Amino acid sequence: MEALIIFVLAVLIGYEVITKVPPTLHTPLMSGSNAISGIAVVGALLCAGAEGSSWFANFLGFVAVVLAMINIVGGFMVTHRMLQMFKRKKG
Amino acid sequence: MEWINLAYLVSAVLFIMGLKGLGSPRSAPRGNLLGAIGMFIAVVATLCDKGVVDYSWIIAGIVVGSAIGVIMARRVAMTQMPEMVAIFNGFGGAASLVVALSTYLIVSGGSASWATALVLSALIGAVTLTGSIVAWAKLQGYADQAMKLPKQGLWRAGLVLTIGVLAFLFIQNPYEGGCYLFARSLVALGLGVLLVIAIGGADMPVVIALLNSYSGLAAAATGFALNNYGLIISGALVGASGLILSQIMCKAMNRSLGSVLFGGAMVSDDQMDAIPGKEFYEGKVKSCGAEEVAMLLENAQKVIFAPGYGLAVAQAQHVTQDLALMLEARGIDVKFAIHPVAGRMPGHMNVLLAEAEVPYDKLVEMDNINPEFSQTDVTIVLGANDVTNPAARDDKASPIYGMPILEVDKSRTVIVIKRSLSPGFAGIPNPLFINDNSLMLFGDAKAVLQDLNRAVSEL
Repeated sequence: MEALIIFVLAVLIGYEVITKVPPTLHTPLMSGSNAISGIAVVGALLCAGAEGSSWFANFLGFVAVVLAMINIVGGFMVTHRMLQMFKRKKG
Repeated sequence: MEWINLAYLVSAVLFIMGLKGLGSPRSAPRGNLLGAIGMFIAVVATLCDKGVVDYSWIIAGIVVGSAIGVIMARRVAMTQMPEMVAIFNGFGGAASLVVALSTYLIVSGGSASWATALVLSALIGAVTLTGSIVAWAKLQGYADQAMKLPKQGLWRAGLVLTIGVLAFLFIQNPYEGGCYLFARSLVALGLGVLLVIAIGGADMPVVIALLNSYSGLAAAATGFALNNYGLIISGALVGASGLILSQIMCKAMNRSLGSVLFGGAMVSDDQMDAIPGKEFYEGKVKSCGAEEVAMLLENAQKVIFAPGYGLAVAQAQHVTQDLALMLEARGIDVKFAIHPVAGRMPGHMNVLLAEAEVPYDKLVEMDNINPEFSQTDVTIVLGANDVTNPAARDDKASPIYGMPILEVDKSRTVIVIKRSLSPGFAGIPNPLFINDNSLMLFGDAKAVLQDLNRAVSEL
């Protein structure tokens, strides 16, 4: 129940914050949220490093760590690259 | 354990502050940095978790994943951003799917609510994975059209039913129902393909935004299964973001989300039959050359560019900015009119023009620029078609009637730079091209603009 409350409140906060993002920045918003959805890495790390389970379960965890890290590193870096373009010429 | 949750709370707060930073181009780079710091904290906290004992797989995974991420982020061209976001959505979904399966193997059973969360996480993750791969293929041009399989609705219903039954069986007995979970994930992979393959290329911006949302929701569902608030909050943020963007895209195309997802192509087959072909334009189109346009520009005081996806295809964003600078040097007021679906994803055109060093305050959104067209001497339409079609405003019988457009036809002269008279995504003719105040300048946008730049510099 607690988890559900947190989920709903987080959706509402997200809605409020994201409606204020101007259309100019919608592409960086999407690549940035790609990076944030890489938070699945938390679950992935727990699976890859779990003790006393089959190697296959750990291997699946490893696959998930790779996928999530691509999202995280790639997402934040490409967002940074785009935002620098918006920054460099004002004035 | 408590302090780990505290760390997740800190990273969630940093994510929210980071997204808030995206509220303006000036604060955005710092926002992105805050998000990255939040992620770093979440990763470090997890590594300290008691449940993590063996680091060999982890280190390997982090090294491999980071390396691939760096290479992809460095190499991608700005025109390819939609493809990159699409494939990243897929990775996000895949990560959640694999975590769900791995978690099951490790924990091998739990309460009904735990099983439900696992089922949801695997389902959304699987649909996001294959749906994103199909979306990526469509963006690459492999399967651009809406593909109608025979009895598509029936297939879809069948798969959904199968998934429902398998989910029920699994939740009934999570301890021994593992095979149901795995089988169901396979079926869900098929469902993802089926859902996206029927959607037309024009609707891809909506689909990418929606899959973006799914990748977040999948992570949130994983959070429910692991009872991890960090995952729940972050997933919810991404879920909300994608949903808002798909709403905005739908509004910009005057479509409902339902009709995008289940309606197939934008124009129905019956409407397609009623659409006139090439004879629509016959003898009514005025074409012109670069010198003529240069002369028009010489006498103009205000010029607006209306760029579309054709500009990106021709890689003409830099030449366009050269022309804009030349005109500004002559004291002409220059602006860029941006339709919300001008690129192939939300905000895509803005990024392309930013790459060409167009200052972002020159980019004006549709609602703000539309009143200005009537005071504009020359509007140059660059590889845009449907979003400038006046039929959407005037012709109640038009399949795109009601779609918001850039009202370029209200300016004194409209120059349309286009390779041919071929229709845009909607597949319908554009009366703009035969208007009295329209001139067509045929050719590849980049080549034509280079000619135009030469002509203007010789004035």
